[in-house]
Amino acid sequence: MTTNARLHVEGATIGYDKRVISEGLSVAIPDQSFTVIVGPNACGKSTLLRGLSRLLRPSVGQVVLDGADISSYKTREVAKRVGLLPQTSLAPDGITVADLVARGRYPHQGFLRQWTEADEQAVARAMEQTAVTDLSGRLVDELSGGQRQRVWVAMALAQHTDILLLDEPTTFLDIAHQIDLLELFTDLHHVGHTLVAVLHDLNHAARYGTHLIAMKDGDVVAVGPPEEVVTAELVEAVFGLRCLVVPDPAAGTPQVVPLGRDRGPAPTERRA
Amino acid sequence: MSAVVSPGARRVDFGRRVLVVRRGRVAVRIDRRSAVVCALLALVIAGTAVLALMTGSYSLGWRQVVSALAGGETGLVHDIVVEWRLPRVTAALVFGAALGVSGAIFQSTLRNPLADPGVMGFTHGSYTGALIVILVVNGSYAQLVGGALLGGMATALLVYALAYRRGVQGFRLIVVGIGVSAMLHSINTWLMIKADLDQALSAAAWGAGSLNGVSWDQVTVGSACILVLLLLAGSLGRPMRQMEIGDDAATSQGARVSPARLGLIVVGVALTATVTAASGPIAFISLVAPQIGRRLARTAGITLAPAAFVGALLCLAADFVAQHVAPTPLPVGIITVMLGGGYLGWLLLTEARRRL
Repeated sequence: MTTNARLHVEGATIGYDKRVISEGLSVAIPDQSFTVIVGPNACGKSTLLRGLSRLLRPSVGQVVLDGADISSYKTREVAKRVGLLPQTSLAPDGITVADLVARGRYPHQGFLRQWTEADEQAVARAMEQTAVTDLSGRLVDELSGGQRQRVWVAMALAQHTDILLLDEPTTFLDIAHQIDLLELFTDLHHVGHTLVAVLHDLNHAARYGTHLIAMKDGDVVAVGPPEEVVTAELVEAVFGLRCLVVPDPAAGTPQVVPLGRDRGPAPTERRA
Repeated sequence: MSAVVSPGARRVDFGRRVLVVRRGRVAVRIDRRSAVVCALLALVIAGTAVLALMTGSYSLGWRQVVSALAGGETGLVHDIVVEWRLPRVTAALVFGAALGVSGAIFQSTLRNPLADPGVMGFTHGSYTGALIVILVVNGSYAQLVGGALLGGMATALLVYALAYRRGVQGFRLIVVGIGVSAMLHSINTWLMIKADLDQALSAAAWGAGSLNGVSWDQVTVGSACILVLLLLAGSLGRPMRQMEIGDDAATSQGARVSPARLGLIVVGVALTATVTAASGPIAFISLVAPQIGRRLARTAGITLAPAAFVGALLCLAADFVAQHVAPTPLPVGIITVMLGGGYLGWLLLTEARRRL
């Protein structure tokens, strides 16, 4: 596979120690796309994302960033180009929102250059973009799950990277906060960020993603725009779920409606 | 120190007061509360130090002490202050600061307030090293220092190796450390039983952790080592604080997590080992100081500077109590064990309640 995408994987075998998750994996992240990686649990979605962010180094093959093997860069250099919102995050006790967002400036700072004009501007802007400016002085421990996730996104934004990787960013949120966050990602996509997200919800993926990567058992099964990837055949092949795919009434993007099993009529409900 | 911010800049509200200093190549943000707490601690430390220099079998006034320190006294007063009492006070300050920073490093990198070189057995290891030198080799003071250093380092390596399973996770390291510590403790007891009376007495005196009879020679050598280690710790402070947000996040932000953690652990072990070699084990300061410092400065996570100041003050105060307040002069280690034991019990209870 030849590609000129800034970030792509070439024939990579990725896994943990001796446990191989993906073998001979080749996939590209189109520039300026909102790419969503979908697939059943343990299909290698997060592993691929860890490979793309250099947290995992392929044992064979390579992950290419801007024309060079990503492992040939200095850690700090990668951090100026690719940001990551990890699946689980730790906020130190007693940290305020602004302090946490400011931690995203790490790759731009040095021993004596810890808080420049540019740092301050970037942190202020990241908090504006994620609408957490009003929470600025609050303790992160006191925030709701949705607010906290916005703060972590702000931290990743403050890092000023063109490419942003998001590992299951909506997992622990209620539906309103999930949509809220996905709308935020779409805003970021519109201002020029390349986004790569691992999402569980196919409907969210189809609605908000511009490019989907469907994975199963460590392999890429399908890539392309949601209209091509989210089909009844593919959902059945990848997830083993029989379903209808109909146009989303609000956005016109493909929507998955599970069929379930046919059991005949249910017993009549008795009312007291 | 004025904040130099151009008019167009948007100020960020950190929820606490910060001092921003931007001059030339320097651009730093200082947490005001931390700075004030450290300054106040420095004042209290200076006061306690003067008090310690005044007190003893030959009492002096503070004016005499200050003028002796400034070089204005000769004869007996000069000898008492500068030659006899000052080395001990300096040792308490420098060793206390070293222990505080060592504890802060372990508690931050292992993300656990129980992480402490004493709890994890490194000081017991130093004691084992020293005992072997005293009892088996019958060595000199220099050899004892070497034995303690080696013992501490070897124990740290052993604990690290036993806890290693695809990287080192904080809680496993601590539990393994507690186990190794118990084992070394019985080895130490066995060595003491095997020793003859004189040797056992001198070993026990060292093992209680005492600043008795520290001379300028020992203080200068120890302080020089500790100063270098503190500078190293300071240079690793940035990645240390970045790792508070988790290894993955810190790595993706450009921190080199594995080398930084290894460097921090080596510095932390070396700090404790240096102090233990010079004075014997002074327990619990490394456990308590980082937490007191964090609560006073109300920082997010553990920071090095408040831990250093609190450590210095605790060690100095404990030594003062041990020498002058206790009915008979005691080794400082006894006082810190008494103060710290209760705290450790409380901490273990709350930790166990949180995790089980």
